[in-house]
Amino acid sequence: MLIKELSVIPGVSGDETRVRNYIREKVTALGLPSHTDSLGNLYVSKEGRRRGAPPELMLTAHMDEVGLMVSSIEKSGHLRFYKVGGVYEEALISKPVKIGTADILGVIGAKAIHLQKKEERKKALTIENLYIDIGAKDKEDAEKVVKVGDYVSFYSEASRYEDIIRGKAFDNRAGCAALLEILKRDYPCSFTVVFTVQEEVGIRGARVAAYRVNPRLALVIETTIAADTPEIKEHELSTSLGGGPAFTVKDDSVIVHPHLLDRLVQVAGEQKRPYQFRRFGGSFTDAGAIATAGGGVAAAVISTPCRYIHSPLSMLNLKDWHHLVEIVDGFIRSIDEKGLEI
Amino acid sequence: MRGLIERLCTSYGPAGREEQVRAAIITEIVKLNESYTVDTLGNLVVHKSAAAGKKILVAAHMDEIGLMVTYIEENGFLRFTNLGGIPPGILWGLRVVFADGLVGVIGQEKIEGTRKPDLKQHYIDIGAADREEAQARVKIGDSAVYFAPVYQAGKRLSAKSLDNRIGCVVLLETLKRLGGLTLPVEVYFAFTVQEEVGLRGARTAAYRLKPDYGLAVDVTRVGDTPEPDFKTGVALGKGPAIKIMDSAVICHPGVTRLMQDVAEKKGIPFQPEVLERGGTDAGAIHLTREGVPSGALSIPCRYIHTPAEMVDLDDVENSIALLTELLKSTDW
Amino acid sequence: MHEFLEEISQKDGVSGYEKKVGEVIAEKFSPYIDETRADPLGNLIFYKKGQGKHSPRLMICAHMDEIGLIVTKVEEQGFLRFTSLGGFDARTLPGQEVTIYGRNILPGLIGFKLPHLLTEQEKNRGVKMEDLYLDTGLPAEVVQRLIPVGSVAAIKRNFMTLRHNSRAGKALDDRAGVVSLWQCAKELAKFKHEADLYLVATVQEEVGTRGAVVSTYGISPDVGIAVDVCHGDFPGALEQEVSSMAQGPVVTAGPNIHPAVGERLLQVAKDYHLPHQRDVSPGPTGTDARAIQISLEGIPTGLLSIPLRYMHTSVELVDLEDVKDTGLLLAYFTAGVDRTFVEGLACL
Repeated sequence: MLIKELSVIPGVSGDETRVRNYIREKVTALGLPSHTDSLGNLYVSKEGRRRGAPPELMLTAHMDEVGLMVSSIEKSGHLRFYKVGGVYEEALISKPVKIGTADILGVIGAKAIHLQKKEERKKALTIENLYIDIGAKDKEDAEKVVKVGDYVSFYSEASRYEDIIRGKAFDNRAGCAALLEILKRDYPCSFTVVFTVQEEVGIRGARVAAYRVNPRLALVIETTIAADTPEIKEHELSTSLGGGPAFTVKDDSVIVHPHLLDRLVQVAGEQKRPYQFRRFGGSFTDAGAIATAGGGVAAAVISTPCRYIHSPLSMLNLKDWHHLVEIVDGFIRSIDEKGLEI
Repeated sequence: MRGLIERLCTSYGPAGREEQVRAAIITEIVKLNESYTVDTLGNLVVHKSAAAGKKILVAAHMDEIGLMVTYIEENGFLRFTNLGGIPPGILWGLRVVFADGLVGVIGQEKIEGTRKPDLKQHYIDIGAADREEAQARVKIGDSAVYFAPVYQAGKRLSAKSLDNRIGCVVLLETLKRLGGLTLPVEVYFAFTVQEEVGLRGARTAAYRLKPDYGLAVDVTRVGDTPEPDFKTGVALGKGPAIKIMDSAVICHPGVTRLMQDVAEKKGIPFQPEVLERGGTDAGAIHLTREGVPSGALSIPCRYIHTPAEMVDLDDVENSIALLTELLKSTDW
Repeated sequence: MHEFLEEISQKDGVSGYEKKVGEVIAEKFSPYIDETRADPLGNLIFYKKGQGKHSPRLMICAHMDEIGLIVTKVEEQGFLRFTSLGGFDARTLPGQEVTIYGRNILPGLIGFKLPHLLTEQEKNRGVKMEDLYLDTGLPAEVVQRLIPVGSVAAIKRNFMTLRHNSRAGKALDDRAGVVSLWQCAKELAKFKHEADLYLVATVQEEVGTRGAVVSTYGISPDVGIAVDVCHGDFPGALEQEVSSMAQGPVVTAGPNIHPAVGERLLQVAKDYHLPHQRDVSPGPTGTDARAIQISLEGIPTGLLSIPLRYMHTSVELVDLEDVKDTGLLLAYFTAGVDRTFVEGLACL
């Protein structure tokens, strides 16, 4: 399955090469032209049956994922690390990782509970208390295979049970997979698809992509927080797993253009698909960078809900993802048929 | 049955001082024309023999939690220690009763700030004017239990020491219903001592009786009250609980399965139970000799270890039904 | 050895539910022993007959259970509350993948509250067990049907090969010990030994050394050795609390250990040039040795430990050479246990 295959590829922000290569291979196999820029964004031009009209719609999904980076190597051979992006520290302890381009395996360790004093047990284990252990004898031995600055990605396999899949980096490989699915299909109009880089460290790739493509309309395909878990109040849960794809009204980076939002809702309604509105007004998406690029772009966001996002193991419902693909599909056709006044 | 509950719950029998409650149970056993033995520690055992079949030890402890006098102050107040899990927070103003019927009131020293009260800050007031007068009524080592009447409202019954006199009631009623039946298994009904201070009676009883299987009958905590202390799904009125584990035992999966199968086959409601804190006699029984596969049947109970423990009479009835059917089962 | 450790590390066998892992273990031991039996609590006893006429009985235990979880309550939305079988640090659990043994075997993970929804106080105190729950992602009615209260769950983690002989995974406490017992049985094929040897894969160690209590009663050994894991070194550790990785098995001394048994273990290691380390424990150890020593009339007891990092997490880390050397030391020790040695143990 595309999402599973994409999700297991290491691709921490700034180190998207392997994800990009995988996607490029798929795109080339579809016979579509693509090119990259100096940051590493991957552009795919989708030519419609009706030639000539310049593309006015851009669809994007970011390829990068949150992760870690080696910050120093201790005498004992243990590695200390920085976070890359908004990693949830609470979920780091006792997880396996892959380090560098050679995928050296390691585990994230901390002092065993037995050895902690009573006071220590009552405190959160923050990143200063953690380190990566690759089984090296000492610093010299570790330096044979890793170096400071190596990217570290979570090492989690992807697995499926009925409609539920578990794995790392669904944010935003689910989005990438959705766009690859769209690229397989046939449309009357032309549009541009961009697989962006460095979203997780400040929506950086999308900014230059929007400047380069200069679209009138943009739809960002994302993966968003589902917090429909115990003890979370209704208004805090953001989205629910299995509740359908989520539309953003606003987040910390963008206020979605109302005409675009109305059209998305209309399409979902016509297709009789479930959908929800993201109830959390925080965090950043590529839409923020795109909307303010150049002379301004009308941008919207549609997301697959995902539990335990930004941690080594997240969870999503494939039904939500399928609905998302069909709504995006319907949206492209609707723009072509009816146009959209901004 | 109401009379039986009343007789047992008003009996005096803190851990280590079970003579009175044992006598009360013996009276009931005699009424049923059964014979009995009492072992060194004071466990009371009724043996139902069978021609062949596995040996099953069914244990319900007859002791209750209590207070033991440790020191008599000059002004006649009694200091005490706990026999089992007395919750210090509820003691102030409670009345307790000694073996001879003497009643005392529990008082509490000034508690600084928001600190939780400690057992050490309590004393028993028996109305004595001074040490001499107090010593005439009690001596160090005497024990007291809660002083509380039995009260029933609808299906719910509240009393002291339902932990575990209600288990004793279940055993006695089962014994009665099995009557003259020839059972497919050999059963030892044990009314054990000193459970509340560490499953001590059951340990020696199991060693002596060498059972093939162990089954404890005791109360368990529920989570069906506002903001409960326990994350358990067990509720009052939903049938006996079949224990999966507690802090003293992981029940043998075979025994648990048999209990569930019998309940399902006979249409007796039941609830699975995982108890995070607390243990029963099964904890001691299963570690005896080379190991004894053990399970436990629990009667859901609210406000455990207070003077107003509460059970549902339907649960009691269903517990008796389940135990009776279990002992008639040929699948052991 | 790698393959055996990998296989049993990935098998599930939480305390009280060791049957599945036990089957694999029994099969692996069978070529090297004379007889296998299981006792009523599920301890697997592998018997290897000695050469002597009045053979002393030697019991060597390593526990095969692992810490796990058990469902205490099914929430209305289908999330499962749990408690632990054995001691977990709750803070190592968020995001951990698990296998749930309900009416079916279901995958799940340990869910947690997202940080942006935590209060400042909750952030500082760290995650507690009651904050966590099992999440299958399945609809509530499916969960209610398939996963009753009392279902157990095991940590899921694939076995990993790290640098050199380092291996990481779940349940290496104390499956690494079980592997060393197997290594011992294998090695003993080359030796004559006078003692009747009982190698025991014990159950329920993690909930209070319960298996060892009854296995010792059943075997009634003249000498008992527990094989378990101890803390391996890590940055910032106090030296006295940890042992070095890849420096051989650790021989413990202290009141829980019969001095002559401890001395003999050290002597054997020296005689055979096996790497080894010493450790002291000022009271009852947190291992099966604790139960063995005070069983029956009192059993002379020894303890060998394999250094292990990140104990009670899903990434416990051991060095294969340590496991192997532990097995060899056990075998050489066994070869030297005779009537004279055993009789000397009572003369203190």
